[in-house]
Amino acid sequence: MGAQLRIYRRRMRSVKATKKITKAMELISASRIVKAQQRVTASTPYAYELTRAVSAVATYSSTNHPLTTPSANPIRAAILIISADRGLAGAYSNNAIKEGEQLATLLKERGLQTTSYLVGRRAVNYYRFRNRAIAGQWTGFSDNPTYENAKEVADALMTAFLADAQSDIAGVDEIHIVFTQFESMMVQNAQAKRMLPLEVVESDAPVPTGLLPMYEFEPNGERVLNALLPRYIEARVFNAMLQSAASEHASRRRAMKSATDNADELIKSLTRLANSARQAEITQEISEIVGGADALASASAGSE
Amino acid sequence: MALNVELVSPTQRVWSGEATSVSARTIDGDLGILTGHTPLFGVLVDGVVSITSIDGSTTDFNVSGGFLSVSNNRVSILTETVSN
Repeated sequence: MGAQLRIYRRRMRSVKATKKITKAMELISASRIVKAQQRVTASTPYAYELTRAVSAVATYSSTNHPLTTPSANPIRAAILIISADRGLAGAYSNNAIKEGEQLATLLKERGLQTTSYLVGRRAVNYYRFRNRAIAGQWTGFSDNPTYENAKEVADALMTAFLADAQSDIAGVDEIHIVFTQFESMMVQNAQAKRMLPLEVVESDAPVPTGLLPMYEFEPNGERVLNALLPRYIEARVFNAMLQSAASEHASRRRAMKSATDNADELIKSLTRLANSARQAEITQEISEIVGGADALASASAGSE
Repeated sequence: MALNVELVSPTQRVWSGEATSVSARTIDGDLGILTGHTPLFGVLVDGVVSITSIDGSTTDFNVSGGFLSVSNNRVSILTETVSN
């Protein structure tokens, strides 16, 4: 076997091995999207009820809660970016990080300082590589977040938000969240939303229709709101994490599918090249034999 | 006329269906709900929520805090963790 042919064969083997890996990752992601979607659906009733409750309380109790009233002159804003732990998911993490950058620019134009809270190794690495300050980071659960993970993140954010109410330790006046909304298998959008101060109208759950009943609050409106809002934030962070996880799997499936398709293409063109190399080798061998035989024939003809 | 009850946690809908009565413990004390209750929103403490279903069977759930809202014979109980 000639050198050219051997090189083509070796490259084909390597591409085939890669194809097997990408195909496996594609199948794994495809099966996980379904699970992730089910988790988003399962968390919807809770988010819906909570949104309904928050709207009702915020509408009918005239409390001046720090979580619902915007600060008169905000100084600092927190940005929570939800990205992936692993790569090989196309532009998924990059899109979320870029959306975060845009939001930071926007906030800076308003004269706010920004602090970053990051979920997922990709975002952490991006910030660390650029030597930027990270106020909080959580990694290791981006593809399968639990409510406890969301609670941890929400707690840190709430602490930072409430800090400036009593003391002046690095408190924040606004909290924004950047996550990737799972719209369908093919469409996922990175988007930024303000979580605090509250904008009850803008919620993940469908807006409750009809008139909200005149609730009696037990023990009273303010204490209900005090207890309700942290849960509401947790639920929103949780929902954002679940949506992002579903988006991550969908992006990875798509990225791996195109990698598999590319590998197929490569194998096809390499096969063609290998075939023509083999044919060239055969042709050359034949012409060498024929040439040799000719030379022998003419040599013996000359001696007669 | 029965109560339309939903008990939900962040990860799943734990119980939903028609019930005749619901009892739960709020910050101010135990609370029982029958049909036609006035709209109410309460904060729950750790304790037991019992739901008497329309067929007469009672189910108890241990909840860790949460909220209870009642309006138009619709009761929704939100809690972080539930165990039977």
